[in-house]
Amino acid sequence: MSGTLIASLTVFVLAALLGYELISRVPTLLHTPLMSGTNAISGIVIVGAILVGGSSGATTFESVLCFLAIVLATINVVGGFVVTDRMLQMFKQRRPESRE
Amino acid sequence: MIAAALSPTTVNAAYLVAAVLLVLAIKSLASPRHARLGNRLGALGLVIAIVFTLTLEEVDRYAFVLSAIGVGAVVGAVGARTVRMTAMPQMVALLNGTGGGAATAIAIAEFNRIERIDGDFASDTLVAILASTVIGSITLSGSMVAFAKLQELIQGRPIVFPGQQAINASVVVGAIAVAAAAGIAEETTLLLVAAAAALAFGVLFVLPIGGADMPVVIALLNASSGLGAVSTGFVLDNNALIIGGSLVGASGTLLTLLMAKAMNRSVANVLFSAFGQVQAAGGGVRTDDGRTVRATTPEDVAVQLGFARKAIVVPGYGMAVAQAQHDVRQLADVLEQQGVEVKYAIHPVAGRMPGHMNVLLAEANVPYTQLFEMDEINPEFAQADVAIVIGANDVTNPAARSDPGSPIYGMPILDVDKAASVVVLKRSMNPGFAGIDNELYLDPKTTMLFGDAKESVLKLITAVKNS
Repeated sequence: MSGTLIASLTVFVLAALLGYELISRVPTLLHTPLMSGTNAISGIVIVGAILVGGSSGATTFESVLCFLAIVLATINVVGGFVVTDRMLQMFKQRRPESRE
Repeated sequence: MIAAALSPTTVNAAYLVAAVLLVLAIKSLASPRHARLGNRLGALGLVIAIVFTLTLEEVDRYAFVLSAIGVGAVVGAVGARTVRMTAMPQMVALLNGTGGGAATAIAIAEFNRIERIDGDFASDTLVAILASTVIGSITLSGSMVAFAKLQELIQGRPIVFPGQQAINASVVVGAIAVAAAAGIAEETTLLLVAAAAALAFGVLFVLPIGGADMPVVIALLNASSGLGAVSTGFVLDNNALIIGGSLVGASGTLLTLLMAKAMNRSVANVLFSAFGQVQAAGGGVRTDDGRTVRATTPEDVAVQLGFARKAIVVPGYGMAVAQAQHDVRQLADVLEQQGVEVKYAIHPVAGRMPGHMNVLLAEANVPYTQLFEMDEINPEFAQADVAIVIGANDVTNPAARSDPGSPIYGMPILDVDKAASVVVLKRSMNPGFAGIDNELYLDPKTTMLFGDAKESVLKLITAVKNS
């Protein structure tokens, strides 16, 4: 078993435990923004897509796949953060001036 | 574009900063007050990760990368700005799917690259690639089916056929076996076959799961999209991906467990039992014990509300379907002007995704201090003069407390029947998702106001104003 694997597993387990602790403190009120916000975070795979497809050594097959992956991951990042922001700005403690 | 390439160490340090920002984004969701700022910190983290990745020496196709980002950004931004709040479950389902799809595409491309260059796969890298391919594919197609169900492109009720479980099991075993064979033979074509089989499994897996169980499914697919990112991180030895993916995986897992608990069912039961497939014949409520359902009029309800001091509103999926959240808020406003105290009772699985009702009511400008979770509000029903149930059914059914034979027995419910009187706004007497009669409707203190939730609420507002 290689050293990098153990290092990666360590990061994975600790991050998952930290995530579990933090998320158990998120009130049910915010569970929908939590899901869309984590959608955006999972868009971090865009880094992987850039690393694999961003090199001029990539074949056409790899380029097509990575182009697709970058598009999809960017939809996650931009769509996730924007829609989460839209939702979070609606949660108000007091009644705002009525729009109607 | 980039003057000088930054060293991998510098870029890894930037990934660490990005990871910290992502953690802070999650942490800030502990309270609505700082959540918006936290979300922006998360976005900043992603931007940092992307920009620093572009400075690496091996990344040299900027036009390629930036044009793909441009396409995705436009699609994502337009989608996120135009989606209706009632359609948020579909939006999240789609975003789960795109995350899974990206993980699969990266895994296949990296497999092809290593195989092409020297075929020298480290065994852990290989396992991670195969896992990424299978998990990502299942997430992608499963999410698309969940989307289609939520969007009502296909029927929301469980789709079942004979031998379903055996077929599903063999498809997923087949997908894993072909993936393993692809790894041994180092053959990209085989990996594509494995991905296709995993895609098929994702479809088969979600088809038998009913609409009201979607909160569990969406949360589970959320978790698997995170795991897809984690395994991509293992493929590329990239800590940013591992940390980001772990946060998503932990979140999805926790929400899955919470949702299943709120239905008093195991996750396995939700996923494999095709719950709610049995529709009660005719859809009528039993009246053989002499009790009958009493229909009422908006005017009668207005009179009832005129004498009330405290009312509790219980919203459900029917409110979302009718887009009635703004009108419900207006009704509450009118009642409050007449001195009635109004609170909202939110069941954890009301709607089609975790927190669905909270978002809709927030959109309608209901302050979150008026929204109460089940455990907080249940003791208050006994002091309420009227409970107004709007498009909620199974989460109010007293059979969950009293009838051991009921399919929903043991599920925690809102104690609506403890209120002095109950008004149920409902489209028709069709049973709820669980396909069972609701004892609440036969309760002598319950009256039913039939019709579309939005129209009924509008009529109620007029009637209350005129009374």
